[in-house]
Amino acid sequence: MNSTIGSLGLAEFSRVLKTSGVTLKTGPFSYHIKSSLPAVQQGLHLLYADYALCTEAAFADFHISMNPVNSLRRWVRPKIHFCMDHKSPFLPMPLKQGLAFMEWGMNWCISNHVNDYVKLHAAVLEKNGRALIMPGAPGAGKSTLSAALTLRGWRLLSDEHALVSLTGAMVTPLCRPVGLKNASIEVIKGFDSGAVIGPLSEDTHKGTVAHLKADLHSDSQSDTPVKAAWVIFPRYSPGSSTRLEKKQKAETFLSAAKQSFNYSLLGERGYQSMVDLISACDCYDFVYSNLNEAIETFNNLKEPV
Amino acid sequence: MRQSFCQLVKLLRKPDLLAVLTLEQWDLLIPQARHSLLLGHLSILVDRQGVREKIPSVIMRHLDSVKVVSDKQIHSVNWELRKLGEAYDTAEDSIILLKGAAYAVAGLQASQGRLFSDIDLLVSKQHIDYVERILSLHGWVSGHHNDYDGRYYRQWMHEIPPLRHMQRGTVLDVHHTILPPTGRYHPNPQKLIQSAREVVNGVKVLCPEDMVIHSAAHLFHEGEFEHGLRDLVDLQELLAQFDQSEPGFWQRLVPRAIELDLLRPLYYGLHYVQTLLGVSLPDEIVTQTNAAQPNALMRIVMDCLFEHAFAPDHPSCDRALTGLARWMLYVRSHYLRMPLYLLLPHLIRKAWKSHMDTPEKLELNIDGLQLPKPKVNRWHFWAK
Repeated sequence: MNSTIGSLGLAEFSRVLKTSGVTLKTGPFSYHIKSSLPAVQQGLHLLYADYALCTEAAFADFHISMNPVNSLRRWVRPKIHFCMDHKSPFLPMPLKQGLAFMEWGMNWCISNHVNDYVKLHAAVLEKNGRALIMPGAPGAGKSTLSAALTLRGWRLLSDEHALVSLTGAMVTPLCRPVGLKNASIEVIKGFDSGAVIGPLSEDTHKGTVAHLKADLHSDSQSDTPVKAAWVIFPRYSPGSSTRLEKKQKAETFLSAAKQSFNYSLLGERGYQSMVDLISACDCYDFVYSNLNEAIETFNNLKEPV
Repeated sequence: MRQSFCQLVKLLRKPDLLAVLTLEQWDLLIPQARHSLLLGHLSILVDRQGVREKIPSVIMRHLDSVKVVSDKQIHSVNWELRKLGEAYDTAEDSIILLKGAAYAVAGLQASQGRLFSDIDLLVSKQHIDYVERILSLHGWVSGHHNDYDGRYYRQWMHEIPPLRHMQRGTVLDVHHTILPPTGRYHPNPQKLIQSAREVVNGVKVLCPEDMVIHSAAHLFHEGEFEHGLRDLVDLQELLAQFDQSEPGFWQRLVPRAIELDLLRPLYYGLHYVQTLLGVSLPDEIVTQTNAAQPNALMRIVMDCLFEHAFAPDHPSCDRALTGLARWMLYVRSHYLRMPLYLLLPHLIRKAWKSHMDTPEKLELNIDGLQLPKPKVNRWHFWAK
């Protein structure tokens, strides 16, 4: 039967993760993960509790591991390696950043090795079968907003990558936990006392990071593409009133392309994909300071005609 | 040589196996090919075999994702070349491209699906200062090198320190000959320059024989074999193409290698293309290059070392002594590169420096996500 990661006790899950490893399927990609780090074991066990437990997958897209650099360094400023396919593309990071490093590493696998979609740096959510794409520079408040929407009935499709089809304006879901930074962590805890938030990764280059368990919808594990309907650029501005303003399509095109990992790499196909996407969507700039008002605004969005 | 058990090498020998691989086999093959920079080549092999519809889409996406990068590089290098042409307008020499960039601009099949990290150029030694000045006026400047590195390059190596374009990030490696002047073999660069063929306005590539000889010489003088298998595939692709497209190629090859003082490296190149990749060569070429083979004991040792070294750098391909073999070849490459009285101080200095160096600082990623700087990512400048 299909058992889940959470159905295994933490001790047993940790043992499996350390020895044979676990294959985690998120959207169209699967990761084979091995780790001996307690923070990673606990984090995965909590945040991916409802994902299928797979220990004998024939194939994984990416083989990753997170382990201490070497045993001698265990006691003095311990550091860890992220490896993909048994090679470490990065310099080691401090132990206490383990889980955040792991999630970034998983994102990096997709950012650097996948070109069968146009990848936008964006949060993506779904309601009534239509996808909302929120591209945003770091610090624009898109993770906080997508965490809040996820906790209020929207289905999270991705917090990091909008995987846009090369034709037809479809977005492929890739649901993983939402990365919250610094003050956002407390904001989301205060916003919803039921929010499940994983262990803190401290002193990262982005400050303190923690992840929200985001697969709250019955279809969260699905990887069926969803038709895109809205492209909205959010901006958190303390004290501001909630404002949703139409954005010119040409301007949206340029701003969204700027947030793409591989738009120029794909050349003409990238251009065509973006034309399809922007043509199919209503486009807005959005300024907010109050999460409840923001959610109400988004709930009232009309489907494009 | 014993046939390697490595999945990737097996497949390069028999590409018709592509259509019948199981998912478990792909699970090993994709990481091996990723490490060896041969994922894009697999995409090309799939199409040559005409078996695209037999490969699962979860597999094909990885092969084609690299092909996308390779196509973009070919496009970019042609564009970059126009810029180089503008910079070079007033220079007396024409530009001679080497290796990956040359294959791309000459439209050779070796460039298909292949990635490269920089553009290698060959210019006459007497023009090198002039060329460096011209290039710096057009934005290509020397990267962060200390005095020691600069001196090491200029005094002992066959190139100047890499030049990076200030805006576009493209890297030029400007050589004045193809092997270090301190080394054992001394091909005359003027001979290479004189025989070079123009492919685009003012831009040349080595003639077919020289291209093959250079590819072999380069491969067997490298210290790190991370991309050794890819370089061997280059050689295979060049030979396959010139066999078809260049009348008299085989007759000219060995005499040219003798003229350039590079018969031994050519022997090695052709030997391993045959034994490892299963390429068959004309009998007389095998006989002629065998004249340059080392003695029987040396052959056994080298076969053993290279068999390890050409295996993808992935745990699934490691056996006992693989690490030792790689280390011995690393030492060998330096020994070929310079005499011991130069080599020892250099290696000691490098060991000390890598011990003392603090980690490089964080690099801004495209999404503003700061991750520790990838250790090997020169090609990704092309990706943007």
